[in-house]
Amino acid sequence: MAYRHMIGTRSHVFADLRELMAKATPPRSGDMLAGIAATSAEENVAARMCLAEVPLSTFLSEALVPYEGDEVTRLIIDTHDAAAFRPLSHMTVGDFRDFLLSERASSAVLAALAPGITPEMAAAVCKLMRNQDLIMVARKCRVVTRFRNTIGLPGTMAVRLQPNHPTDDAAGITAAILDGLLYGCGDAVIGINPASDSLPVLSDLLKLIDGIIQRFDIPTQGCVLTHVTTSIEVINRGVPVDLVFQSVAGTEAANASFGIDLAVLKEGREAALSLKRGTLGDNVMYFETGQGSALSAGAHHGVDQQTLEARAYAVCRPFQPLLVNTVVGFIGPEYLYDGKQIIRAGLEDHFCGKLMGVPLGCDVCYTNHAEADQDDMDTLMTLLGAAGVTYIMGIPGSDDVMLNYQSTSFHDQLYLREVLGLKRAPEFARWLAEMGITDLDGKLRPQGANHPLLAAAPGMAA
Amino acid sequence: MEAKGIEAKGMEANAAEVSAADADQPSVQRDSWRRLAAMTPARIALGRAGAGLPTSEVLRFSLAHAQARDAVHAPFDASEVEAGLAGLGFPTLAVTSAASGRDIYLRRPDLGRRLSDESRAALADWRALAGRGAPENAPDLAPDLAIVVADGLSSTAIHVQVVPFLQAFRARIAEHGWRVAPVVVASQARVALGDEVGALLGARAVVVLVGERPGLSSPDSLGLYLTFDPKVGRTDAERNCISNVRGEGLSHAHAAFKLSWLLKEALARRLTGVNLKDESDDLLVAGRVPPVRIG
Repeated sequence: MAYRHMIGTRSHVFADLRELMAKATPPRSGDMLAGIAATSAEENVAARMCLAEVPLSTFLSEALVPYEGDEVTRLIIDTHDAAAFRPLSHMTVGDFRDFLLSERASSAVLAALAPGITPEMAAAVCKLMRNQDLIMVARKCRVVTRFRNTIGLPGTMAVRLQPNHPTDDAAGITAAILDGLLYGCGDAVIGINPASDSLPVLSDLLKLIDGIIQRFDIPTQGCVLTHVTTSIEVINRGVPVDLVFQSVAGTEAANASFGIDLAVLKEGREAALSLKRGTLGDNVMYFETGQGSALSAGAHHGVDQQTLEARAYAVCRPFQPLLVNTVVGFIGPEYLYDGKQIIRAGLEDHFCGKLMGVPLGCDVCYTNHAEADQDDMDTLMTLLGAAGVTYIMGIPGSDDVMLNYQSTSFHDQLYLREVLGLKRAPEFARWLAEMGITDLDGKLRPQGANHPLLAAAPGMAA
Repeated sequence: MEAKGIEAKGMEANAAEVSAADADQPSVQRDSWRRLAAMTPARIALGRAGAGLPTSEVLRFSLAHAQARDAVHAPFDASEVEAGLAGLGFPTLAVTSAASGRDIYLRRPDLGRRLSDESRAALADWRALAGRGAPENAPDLAPDLAIVVADGLSSTAIHVQVVPFLQAFRARIAEHGWRVAPVVVASQARVALGDEVGALLGARAVVVLVGERPGLSSPDSLGLYLTFDPKVGRTDAERNCISNVRGEGLSHAHAAFKLSWLLKEALARRLTGVNLKDESDDLLVAGRVPPVRIG
């Protein structure tokens, strides 16, 4: 069905809902690369005006990616909670924005609505929202998850400790883990991106993290971010795995390019659950996403990258993940060109994920071939902190020496906690205080060279 | 003027208080675990000024970022690379992708994945000529491997790493007796360009040696992507990757060993990608790669 909008005497025509959504998206290089972006500023706004009039229920009958050929669409439609959707069923996309901003949309109401909100509805309303709207509404959404601690409580922000090393060297990784813990990081997860995909190396890394967590009784979880099939393989070999990781995208074909489908994700989750390693809860999955991945795999079906990103959260949702993060600036300038586009995308992704009930964190990051720098990251992390982001990354000095990009640092989380008053996951905060790493308010204390954690340092007697 | 004078006097008094406090408390809190920094290139134990980085670290970071930005845009010298490969005894063919310049390359990855029309024709010509080659060279036998050298996002990586890596890998080629097509040196190229090159050369597998996106601490890191049965449209899930090949990362000898293990398995099992797990490290002896066996 075609959509039309008049601006003065000019009629803007959009062939279908997919084209309308793409043209209503704030400008970004990835949609231009795909050849689906609005061709003028006026057309962009005309598309938004037109989209504002579209009933939300349209998204249940008009699939952007065909139902027959895509298991993600089937998942979205077949598991849609009609009862949860009922209070929204009479609204247009424009009404939905007004409602979300209103006092009526409390945290409890938003949580009840989440199973009724499809990714396309979230993406559509997102396109009508300014950055401040994305912050305001996301801040009201609560998504709490548990494995060995409690993540996502109001007023908290967790940090993934990311101690990567270019050759997976055990001593180097241990040194970075200790540095991060002494800076008060690691409540989301201690998560290594391995350079290798060799099973013996991955097994050793998992044992290394598990050894540190066990030795100091740290209320957190470990993860080696490798392919889900590899995690299943190491679980079968008896290696300790807390969280099973996988990169996911918003179409079946893009997921196929990652070598996965919904069935293998289910298999991965069941393998992790079988180990029963969580003490407080059984959220055992860790997913990463990012705008542009479907286009990068030639699997975008002419749909804009922001909508496809929201569909990736629909892939995550049924697996009850502990953590999901968008790696917002990692993919490069052909998808998000500069700091402005990265900042906008980070806020969009966080908003859509939270609205859908997914525990969204953000890898606030950029690569050296993008037009962005540390100032842009300072802006985005501060905005996300205000929006109630579930977690961010903690990387020594912002410089990931394995993945070759810049993200947020151990220092950055200190800054956000101080400026915005954000606390850590409560169990982890208690552990830090007991270890004397922080005071009771969570402020770092100066440490001597004889701190007990440093006994785990390479070259020290155990 | 008078008001300003009073204000200045007040500030002087405050400044005096601060400097008294400073005498025994420096603004930068140093970390007592600084010795750990020798164990990793990661930026650990930096110390802090409140929640922030010390000035010296902020400036050190800015310089590294500036140098990495410059590395992305450094021109690629294909003829120098060809000369280096000729020195190792590898014949070469130079090609260009469909991206005509750096700016287009950065914005249009699709163009960096396909050959320019001229290069496509040149490779087709080569294959036609090779097919009519001397019978004693068994021209009907397809190459086991095509090697593509692609500038990717760091021409610096190619200039520094490719010759020493291929020197190490040449010995593994001899060890296994693989037939290798001429090395294709590709400008403004991405990994998937290897699919088209490998298909045009009729190779059973292709390995792309590509300059990885430069990091702050590693502007010269090489990545190796191995794909069995290359053809346009292969996905990343159908490749095996070996990354961080550089002096301070994975050594050239170790990377050459890994690639040879993967290629041997790929040719035997007729696949690459997520279903081919790298188990080469099981064969390491005390952390060292096994020596090349000749004959």
